[in-house]
Amino acid sequence: MSSLDVNKTYKLFIGGAFPRSESGRVYEIKGANKKFLANPALASRKDLRDAVVAAKSAQSGWANATAFNRGQILYRIAEIMQGRSEQFVEEICALEGVTTKAAKIQVVEAIDTWVWYSGWCDKLSSVSGSQNQVSGPFYNFTTPEALGVIALFAEGKPSLLGAVRTLAPVLAGGNSAILIASESYPLPAITLGEVIATSDVPGGVVNILTGKTSELLPWIGSHMEIDGVDVAGLNKKQEDEIKLVGADNLKRISRFALGNHPERILSFMEHKTIWHPIGI
Amino acid sequence: MIIDGSEKSLRKFLSDLPPVDQVGAEARAAMLATRSIKTSSKAWAIDMAISMVDLTTLEGADTPGKVKSLCAKAVRPDPSDLTVPSVGAICVYNDMVKIARSELDRIGGKSLPVAAVATAFPSGRASLAVKKIDTQDAVDAGANEVDMVIDRGAFLSGRSYDVFEEIRVIKEICGEKAHLKVILETGELVTYDNVRKASFLAMLAGADFIKTSTGKVAPAATAPVVLVMLEAVRDYFTLTGEKIGVKPAGGIRTTKDAIKQLVLVKETAGEQWLTPDLFRIGASALLNDLLMQRMKLRSGHYASANYVTVD
Repeated sequence: MSSLDVNKTYKLFIGGAFPRSESGRVYEIKGANKKFLANPALASRKDLRDAVVAAKSAQSGWANATAFNRGQILYRIAEIMQGRSEQFVEEICALEGVTTKAAKIQVVEAIDTWVWYSGWCDKLSSVSGSQNQVSGPFYNFTTPEALGVIALFAEGKPSLLGAVRTLAPVLAGGNSAILIASESYPLPAITLGEVIATSDVPGGVVNILTGKTSELLPWIGSHMEIDGVDVAGLNKKQEDEIKLVGADNLKRISRFALGNHPERILSFMEHKTIWHPIGI
Repeated sequence: MIIDGSEKSLRKFLSDLPPVDQVGAEARAAMLATRSIKTSSKAWAIDMAISMVDLTTLEGADTPGKVKSLCAKAVRPDPSDLTVPSVGAICVYNDMVKIARSELDRIGGKSLPVAAVATAFPSGRASLAVKKIDTQDAVDAGANEVDMVIDRGAFLSGRSYDVFEEIRVIKEICGEKAHLKVILETGELVTYDNVRKASFLAMLAGADFIKTSTGKVAPAATAPVVLVMLEAVRDYFTLTGEKIGVKPAGGIRTTKDAIKQLVLVKETAGEQWLTPDLFRIGASALLNDLLMQRMKLRSGHYASANYVTVD
């Protein structure tokens, strides 16, 4: 039996809800076979502003959750993703034009990435923090703390893994995130939003925008409330541009080598050192 | 005079008031809220809204230190930008009036009024004798404005003349020294008809301002309620030639909310009401958002809450 194709018009993911773009715009994406695939929302700077408000208000709650709890929630994302892996495989095949086998490998790797970073949540302060020796009757501790709101430009290919690789470490550290999906390969990031919405991640901790990178980039760079940017999906010229406009609030702008590394978590954290008298 | 001050004439006046078209009022308020205010109009609206803010702290945990820092913020909301106007007034509990007054005088805010909430705020559940003492205390402490609450229980059980008398007595105590704002607590009045009746009742009894809410009850200053009150003020002006102010309070947290209120004022009561003498916004968190939007307009990029004070 043949059924009618339901062409999808996707929405954004802001503050735990799925709103349309404030601008009402969408854009068309085509698959690897040059055929129409879907209409994602074309986010405007006001959608970005709303996402930052949501991310900012959710961040302290996320950072103050116990590291163990954060780890559990990241693990939960992996669980839910596994249940929807077929959908991810389909989307990756249609978008990237890769074989089903290659797409499956990518999905498995993305799920493993969540599990890997979920394990880091409650171990990070032991590995990266320290008890420092001081010449006085004091304890002196150094511990890593979340930076705040981080914007992420996901890589285009691999589309799912690219999004997860930037997102997971930022969440593990207790930051809230605004993920800018790749302009040409956004579908897996959109579905990732649907996964996150049902994974006990508090609303606003993850926000996902689809649209034109070039349109959002200057506003992300100059937004004083955004504390860091992962420029994985930007080219060198765009990276220079965002560094220029992001200088005003000392935004931390980073690009990472591929692969999972605790340094990716720590890059968006600050180390706090506290003194405490011995015996009290 | 449109009534002769007797219970009979008040009752007749209130029962002759036409009912509010609920659907119409809500639709009109919603339609006005969609108006887009941009660039230079927005800059004007933000400065106007700042000058209309009654910067408020009404917590059990208020301290002299907190009130003093609020005073500093009232006089100069953004210390890094001298073009930002001062706010409309400071609004505190009775016992903080003296502290606020002397601090404002000390730091160059002599012209800034101090408003005190009186008459057993926020519930209004006390005897008239206590309410009178409460008000006298506020006036003696140097309050320039008194925000009184009406007895909603009396109003809802039909004893509107008691409410009328109470407002009149409090107004007498305020005399020339203090402006009287009458808080209707619209969230407890149930219907728009009641809001209209209470508005007229307060104005007839001598209110200089009618105020939506205490901020302790939700819903507070919803757009249709403010619309109904602005209409009442406009109609009262047509009847008597007297201009009464309106103060929405509670739930107005963002610049967008504040600008929506200004649009309501302009389209309902008219441009003459767009002054801090006739329109105030009772708020605490709103001021920071107004300042951040002002920064955004000046610098061209979105501002951060890290650059405004934590109140």
